[in-house]
Amino acid sequence: MILFTRILDEMNTYYFDYASTTPVDSLVVDKMKECLSVDGAFGNSGSRSHVFGWKAEELVEEARVNVANLLNCDSREIIWTSGATESDNLAIKGAAYFYSDKGKHIITSKIEHKAVLDVCRQLESESYEVTYLEPNSDGIITPESVKAALREDTVLVSLMHINNEIGVINDIEAIGRIVKQNGSIFHVDAAQSAGKIPIDIENLEVDLMSFSAHKIYGPKGIGALYIRRKPRVRLQPLFHGGGQERGIRAGTLPTHQIVGMGEAFKLAKEKMSEDFKNLYKYRDILWNGLKDMEEVYINGAIDNTFPGIFNMSFNFVEGESLIMALKNIAVSSGSACTSASLEPSYVLRALGRKDELAHSSIRFSFGRFTKEQEVKETVELVKDSVDKLREISPLWEMYQDGVDLDKIEWA
Amino acid sequence: MAYSQKVVDKFEQTLKNPKEASVGRWKPGDKDFHRVGTGIVGAPACGDVMKLQIKCENIDGTNKIVDAKFKTYGCGSAIASSGELIDMLKGKTLEEAQNISNQEIVDILELPAIKIHCSVLAEEAIHRAIDDFKSRRNND
Repeated sequence: MILFTRILDEMNTYYFDYASTTPVDSLVVDKMKECLSVDGAFGNSGSRSHVFGWKAEELVEEARVNVANLLNCDSREIIWTSGATESDNLAIKGAAYFYSDKGKHIITSKIEHKAVLDVCRQLESESYEVTYLEPNSDGIITPESVKAALREDTVLVSLMHINNEIGVINDIEAIGRIVKQNGSIFHVDAAQSAGKIPIDIENLEVDLMSFSAHKIYGPKGIGALYIRRKPRVRLQPLFHGGGQERGIRAGTLPTHQIVGMGEAFKLAKEKMSEDFKNLYKYRDILWNGLKDMEEVYINGAIDNTFPGIFNMSFNFVEGESLIMALKNIAVSSGSACTSASLEPSYVLRALGRKDELAHSSIRFSFGRFTKEQEVKETVELVKDSVDKLREISPLWEMYQDGVDLDKIEWA
Repeated sequence: MAYSQKVVDKFEQTLKNPKEASVGRWKPGDKDFHRVGTGIVGAPACGDVMKLQIKCENIDGTNKIVDAKFKTYGCGSAIASSGELIDMLKGKTLEEAQNISNQEIVDILELPAIKIHCSVLAEEAIHRAIDDFKSRRNND
């Protein structure tokens, strides 16, 4: 969440919240513009009787191929949705309902996105049973923990690829094999990973995969769901209507949004290795610049993680106040004060982090338009701000005095 | 959520010039420590801890707060609320200080509803500090 929009209006605000959303690449914007007005492909791709419809359909199918190419799957396995939240809903509810005869047990993890967790909660109220796996202290869901939780009546396993708060990568290849052996359906939320790290669906035992455009320089409001054809995975639709997307997801296709997503995924394929190299560099500049500070912690791990998302805790400094001090830097925090619920991040708590470290966490997420100089300046700004906030922190004072904060009875 | 300009200003002043904003501490051994009352409220696990100290002098038979210092761990509005409270305290009698309500801080800083607990924390801090001061006097 970006706080203090009023202040951020000022010039020279650096955007380090790419895990939240990304700007649309200007090449994508250009393509989208061609699908809106009277001189463009504004037609309804469902109109089979005239050239306006045919042109729109052609663009929609071209975009579908672009998406499939990035993921190495058949374009007929991609259906359009309004975003990853809808894809998650459709995948989990759709599979759980369709295969309910096979069982009503679902496995997911405690650190999934709310778009998965809340769907699971809903299914629990519909007599499904859900197992919420604990991550290890790095934030990884191990294949072993999945194996131990699988049951004969496990209909579905839903896990994320890259975690949106801490950037850790789950081994979906190994987990897929285990889930397959059990005959359960495997859904992966790849909203944070598509276009950022390689995904080769042909060589993964994944049945359903959720994607979002706006996390990878495409527009908001469009996403996709991969649905395996061989062997065919069936879903009970959530939307009923005009029979679009083979009846799995009714609704007029938004040509401009779809074309935007297709173009964004095409660009991602071209730029992935360059983007990744840059993100690695930025993450290293940040961490090398800050790691010698006292009482700083990485939330997640430094190895086997996606470098575009880096989550740190600055002990004895509250996250929201740090964000406020870093007024020209747009980042997010796991602090309760930045959430409407006043609860600290459930992801960091699930890692076994103490609540105070969750309150003290900052997520930096870099992207394609981040500049090295911005990161370098940020290192200095963070150091300076943390020092200043510690100067006014009673906890830092106690720590300096050698007081064990865990032994104090707080009122 | 966005804060009022008043919260932002108070927060930034405090960070920029902590001494002037009365950030600091009196600790055991300091010359006047026997005339200092300390109140610590909140908890690290909840995301805010406020430490308030008041220094009192007996002027014409009444204890008056002649100086106050604070340190706060918490969100921007918790830090701003502490600073605002400090400004209110100086020169007040203990009785007057006891009657400061959190609503005054809410009004001055135009705190959003979700941040009202920060002002409540400040009110609790002054009550604790006064209690602490009184109990020390009783032990003299």
